[in-house]
Amino acid sequence: MKCFTNSPGALNAEISMKQFITFVRKEFAHVLRDRKTLLILFGMPVMQILIFGFALTNEVKNSAIVVVDYAQDEASQKLISRIEASRYFEVSKSAADHNQIEESFKEGKVKLALIFPQNFYSDLMHQNKAQIQIITDATDPNTANTLANYVTAIIQDYQADLNQNASLPYRIIPETKMLYNPQLKSVHGFVPGVMALVLMLVCVMMTAVSIVREKEMGTMEILLVSPFKPLLVILSKAVPYLILSLINVASILCLSVFVLDLPVNGSLLLLFAESTLFIITCLTIGIFISVRTASQQVAMLISLMGMMLPTILFSGFMFPIENMPKVLQVITNIVPAKWYYIIVKSIMIKGLGFSAIWKETLILAGMTLFLLIVSLKNFKIRLA
Amino acid sequence: MRTVRFLLQKEFRQIFRNKAIIAMICVMPVVQLAVLPWAADYEVKNVNLAVVDHDHSTFSQQLVQTVTASGYFRLTGYNDSYDEAMRLVEGDQADLILEIPSGFERNLVRENQQKLFVAVNAINGTKANLGGAYLAEIIKNYNQTIRTELVTGVTGESIHAIEVTSSNWFNPLMNYKFFMVPGILAILITMVGGFLSALNIVKEKEVGTIEQINVTPIRKHHFILGKLIPFWVLGNVVFTLGLIVSWLIYGIVPEGNLAVLYLFIAIYLVSVLGFGLLVSTFCETQQQAMFIMFFFMMLFILLGGLFTSIDSMPEWAKTVTRFNPVRYLIEVMRMVILKGSEIKNVVAHLIIVTLFAIGLNALAILNYKKTS
Amino acid sequence: MQDVVIKTDNLTKRFGDFVAANAITFEVYKGEIFGFLGANGAGKTTAMRMLCGLSKPSSGNATIAGYDVYRETEEIKKNIGYMSQKFSLYEDLTVLENIRFFGGIYGLTNNQLKTKSEELIERLGLESEAKKLVGSLPLGWKQKLSFSVAVLHEPKIVFLDEPTGGVDPVTRRQFWDLIYAAAENGVTIFVTTHYMDEAEYCNRISIMVDGKVEALDSPTQLKRNFNASSMDEVFYQLARGAKRGD
Repeated sequence: MKCFTNSPGALNAEISMKQFITFVRKEFAHVLRDRKTLLILFGMPVMQILIFGFALTNEVKNSAIVVVDYAQDEASQKLISRIEASRYFEVSKSAADHNQIEESFKEGKVKLALIFPQNFYSDLMHQNKAQIQIITDATDPNTANTLANYVTAIIQDYQADLNQNASLPYRIIPETKMLYNPQLKSVHGFVPGVMALVLMLVCVMMTAVSIVREKEMGTMEILLVSPFKPLLVILSKAVPYLILSLINVASILCLSVFVLDLPVNGSLLLLFAESTLFIITCLTIGIFISVRTASQQVAMLISLMGMMLPTILFSGFMFPIENMPKVLQVITNIVPAKWYYIIVKSIMIKGLGFSAIWKETLILAGMTLFLLIVSLKNFKIRLA
Repeated sequence: MRTVRFLLQKEFRQIFRNKAIIAMICVMPVVQLAVLPWAADYEVKNVNLAVVDHDHSTFSQQLVQTVTASGYFRLTGYNDSYDEAMRLVEGDQADLILEIPSGFERNLVRENQQKLFVAVNAINGTKANLGGAYLAEIIKNYNQTIRTELVTGVTGESIHAIEVTSSNWFNPLMNYKFFMVPGILAILITMVGGFLSALNIVKEKEVGTIEQINVTPIRKHHFILGKLIPFWVLGNVVFTLGLIVSWLIYGIVPEGNLAVLYLFIAIYLVSVLGFGLLVSTFCETQQQAMFIMFFFMMLFILLGGLFTSIDSMPEWAKTVTRFNPVRYLIEVMRMVILKGSEIKNVVAHLIIVTLFAIGLNALAILNYKKTS
Repeated sequence: MQDVVIKTDNLTKRFGDFVAANAITFEVYKGEIFGFLGANGAGKTTAMRMLCGLSKPSSGNATIAGYDVYRETEEIKKNIGYMSQKFSLYEDLTVLENIRFFGGIYGLTNNQLKTKSEELIERLGLESEAKKLVGSLPLGWKQKLSFSVAVLHEPKIVFLDEPTGGVDPVTRRQFWDLIYAAAENGVTIFVTTHYMDEAEYCNRISIMVDGKVEALDSPTQLKRNFNASSMDEVFYQLARGAKRGD
């Protein structure tokens, strides 16, 4: 603050603080004026949480299946009605013969076909052995697998009932317990993911684009020639997004607790502290992008392709990292959102404390520091 | 129509001079199709298993061996206590815990039955479900094996057994990438078309050239047509590139008729571009257009049935998906490319998308105001 | 009696409570250079946008080249040229491409396009720049090009919104030569400006203050009426009372 060099230090700081607040206020005005963008900013997490919470599920149910019953006997009828009664299946129609199966698959409605051979019941009773054929539409391998498993389980139940009198020797009975997420809801993994995504969107994309827009329109020049440290100009642009992001975190948590009944198992304070760290990481990335780019379109493209996509892909919230080829698994390590996702998952769902996530926190903090230094360097070079 | 020709000439020139757009069109399909299906692999394999063996018997070791030999599981922990195994789950190093109680072998032989405990980390629903099912299957088979070992030949006689044979059509190797590639290609076309068209008119607004256009006697539908056709052509280019990439990398050759695919894409693109233009007419700045488009893309993709089945959704969500054009494209792509569905199988889809195309473009034309 | 090409009657535009243009009434005659003056925010651009069919009036009437501003905006557009305050040719197209594009959408034939663009480039002395992107031209040339494109289709009236903003005096002089040449061909010129020396070039001028037309006459007559030695003084006397401004 060259023009105030004669003033005592304290006064100097006070004045620059006042200026800073003035700038922050101006930035807030900009952000709050654009109602459409604001609506999207706050609407996006709500929409995502609702969809993830209520619409998407990995559970497979109500799947249409087609039955070809050549037997038409007691056993086949009984089995069909058992399958019909399960919530996994809807016996959509019965085909008269094999050839109609392929046609139903091609129409895309049916996912599994069940074929009972002739004399199913009599074979089962007299020869103690009968066959059922399952054909799955394996275009979606997981659904196909799951459905085949369900049908097999129903058939086995039926078989067990038939054999009630004859008890099997040496039985191993597995008892299965579902940890954390007994109903197999998809939300559990998604809430932390949505948080990472929304913070990324607000902090990286919004910050980058809004700074670049000032550059594009030439107003940045005016700010930079004002008697105000250029770094503070940039910082004042970041403050509103920091606050908006914290509001977003709070609203996502509220939705998750009150609408999805998904409580925060760990420390709320820790969660907010870690979120603030991640927000600062994102803001730094946003500033870095804005320093390096000259047009809004390029800034958007880079934030979208270079940041949003990797976040969705490599943070582990949509796609399991351990399934990826080694190269991609290594790449995931440089995605900040991955570490944040692990942290939030640990605090929110598993209820773990800082001792379980200090490593991830350290990595995230290291990344932030690195990015901060790099963008400050770039910023200085640009000005010089 | 002559006006449209001049508009097209102008649009194409601008597109070819914009390096960012060209890069997006050429690089995006290749990179995304090359990377995404590998990342978006939901195939359940390498399930991490922690075993807690309190028994340390021949049987328990045999069981563990059978499980690891199956190829589905990776043994990441062989612990003495459940708590230790639980820590592995907390650290995401194990997805399943198999606990073998002490006295497993002895009880099984003496008392004819014995329990096993399986704990599943259910945060990842699909994995939990299938991993659990696989483990149950393996345990059942192992059970069968020791039964025959212990009681030679006696079983089976008095039992009515149903033998289930299953075959997997259209994708016998159960390759998850076959499922993802057509879906990702569908998303790709939607994103390219949607974003390009949404940003275009807004850019003219921001720069101010739209004024100069509005003051000419140009017809509104000519103007929209002039914006639509170039992106329609680009969309087809991206689609063709995508088909080539998926053939080269994944060996996916459409089972069905290419003409059906292109016919559907042609109409679909019109509807998606119409949507982009509609957004474009609503916004004042590129940032706004971008955000609004991003919002809808997110909605369309999540509710498009790319990752999770639409059948499993609750009724309200199913109703929403009926108004989601992306859903129809993903379905048709998978049907025609993987199953070889014919035109008669996709007539309903065609009709719906045509309605979208007409409706969205009509709205875009109506909402584009030359006079404010 | 002179031909009336623009006729407005109590033309008004409101944005909410704000009356941007308040009951504007005047006539413009064929072939005249009509200056439209006013301080920033006086409502010049709003009025002009209504006359061009870019913005619907809130009340009042106006006809441009005999066409109604409410119902026949598209007919009006066939008969006018417009050059906005903001430079609005395509910067990522070349000089020649811009000329051909705008000529094309005004319905010029291929032959016309060819001769017209050659003529225009020669008149502006842009031969060596014809194939360069417009974005790379200096501002003065861009403005001259904009004007030439606006009159390319031989409109009856051409509207110029502060055409010489930010341009050096020499280029401004050349710009006005272009305007005179067009006026001599019978094109009516409707021009807004801040420069009082430019006002002197006009046949008649109107001065807007706070959305109202406060004075309308030839420059000589206005100076006489206000007992002023220059247009500057006239303008100052009128604009002094303005409540709106930057």
